[in-house]
Amino acid sequence: MIKKELLNSALIEVILNRLACELIENHGDFSNSVLIGLQPRGLFVLNRIVDLLQKTTGNTLAHGALDTTFFRDDFRRRDEPLLANQTKIDVLLEGKKIVFVDDVLYSGRSVRSALDAIQSFGRPAEIELLVLIDRRFSRQLPIQPNYTGKRVDSLDSQRVLVEWKEEAKKDCVYLIKPKA
Amino acid sequence: MSELSVNHLLGIKDLSRSDIELIFNTADQFKDVINRPIKKVPSLRDITIVNLFFENSTRTRLSFELAEKRLSADTLNFSASSSSVKKGETLIDTVNNILSMKVDMVVMRHPNPGAAEFLSRNVDSTIINAGDGAHEHPTQALLDAYSIREKHKNLEGKKVVIVGDILHSRVALSNIFCLQKLGAEVQVCGPTTLIPKYIKGLGVAVSHSLEESLAWCDVANMLRVQHERQELQYFPSIREYSQQYGITMNHLERLDKEITIMHPGPINRGVEISSEVADSDYSIILNQVENGVAIRMAVLYLLASKNKMNFKD
Repeated sequence: MIKKELLNSALIEVILNRLACELIENHGDFSNSVLIGLQPRGLFVLNRIVDLLQKTTGNTLAHGALDTTFFRDDFRRRDEPLLANQTKIDVLLEGKKIVFVDDVLYSGRSVRSALDAIQSFGRPAEIELLVLIDRRFSRQLPIQPNYTGKRVDSLDSQRVLVEWKEEAKKDCVYLIKPKA
Repeated sequence: MSELSVNHLLGIKDLSRSDIELIFNTADQFKDVINRPIKKVPSLRDITIVNLFFENSTRTRLSFELAEKRLSADTLNFSASSSSVKKGETLIDTVNNILSMKVDMVVMRHPNPGAAEFLSRNVDSTIINAGDGAHEHPTQALLDAYSIREKHKNLEGKKVVIVGDILHSRVALSNIFCLQKLGAEVQVCGPTTLIPKYIKGLGVAVSHSLEESLAWCDVANMLRVQHERQELQYFPSIREYSQQYGITMNHLERLDKEITIMHPGPINRGVEISSEVADSDYSIILNQVENGVAIRMAVLYLLASKNKMNFKD
């Protein structure tokens, strides 16, 4: 297994700041917007972005966590079932502008299940997608991000690993290749 | 661990502590689901479940049916009183006929102890025991323990007394297994005639005084006197039973601590529990019913996830 560093913590910081600015451009004071982190790993990105936005705008941002386990299309097909995580959405989503936040966009299937799952909380006015990493040639469904941190071209046999200083030593994005 | 160690839910006896914890953690998420404006998830939309009830039931049958519908499963209901069982069909034949209509899971209540296990060995389907005679009622025990966990955070070291007709109760046996696996201490309390002779072999203490048991416990689970299973006279009169083992506000007000009162239902007001206690803040009876749906969703979901999709043939 070969582990190659794609982004270091300084670069991640720059990218997160840029993403926050792009969100402000489209959402203004966020009074009608809700940021939703996709469980489990989208929450790391969400918390960073929310912190940045609250510091910049001075407003409190509506945000939540969405778990899509019960809405996935691979139930009874995976060898190792997924564990369900907490969904925490304390705001009404009817008529709101939603931004899904995740770390890596790969096949697009998690986002598809999130589009299903979010309907349990009302009918949003629109839904956008923000991802830190877009593995752009790996899509299995017609789903594209509105805000992208970095595009990565990778093979299906490779894996992108995003580590955060909240759980590992430092913020870092790696490309993991199996040994040839 | 993300998978149960069993393929059927026949009794708590077969479950490990980590199985029970997996069911509880999954039920946490389903409890959130059933409190949303839209209370459904699509997980089991390609699964068909039959509810086979060879014995009367309101709560358990409705709770299972609702859990199945909240998971988007298709459901069939069967009650023995209006079926071909009356015409002499055997259990295995009845179930195999239903399964040949492409049914994936069977929820069964049956008056004979061991019926669920017997079925699991003889038919090709996932079996969930919804009560087999005086043997086990696993989902009731899970929802009881889950409700205690919800109120007291942790079951480790908690003292739970089960009061009443232990002899005829499947709830008691499943509760004993479940609570002990989660580290709680269990005592049973009731008249000598309604306590099985060898119950101490399960590691539970026995008491014949309700006052002493209440002073000892953190949680009291009051059972109904099961007249329909009693072929003998086990105590002189309902009035006498009620005076010795019926819980009243007097009992609770005399204690120097606040205990939690549970009841698996249906309650006989004024027999094992007074109306004031049943409707008081001590009681979590209606929370138990709500949690029952979440627990049954978790059990059905986790068992269904072991039933892998087959695209061959």
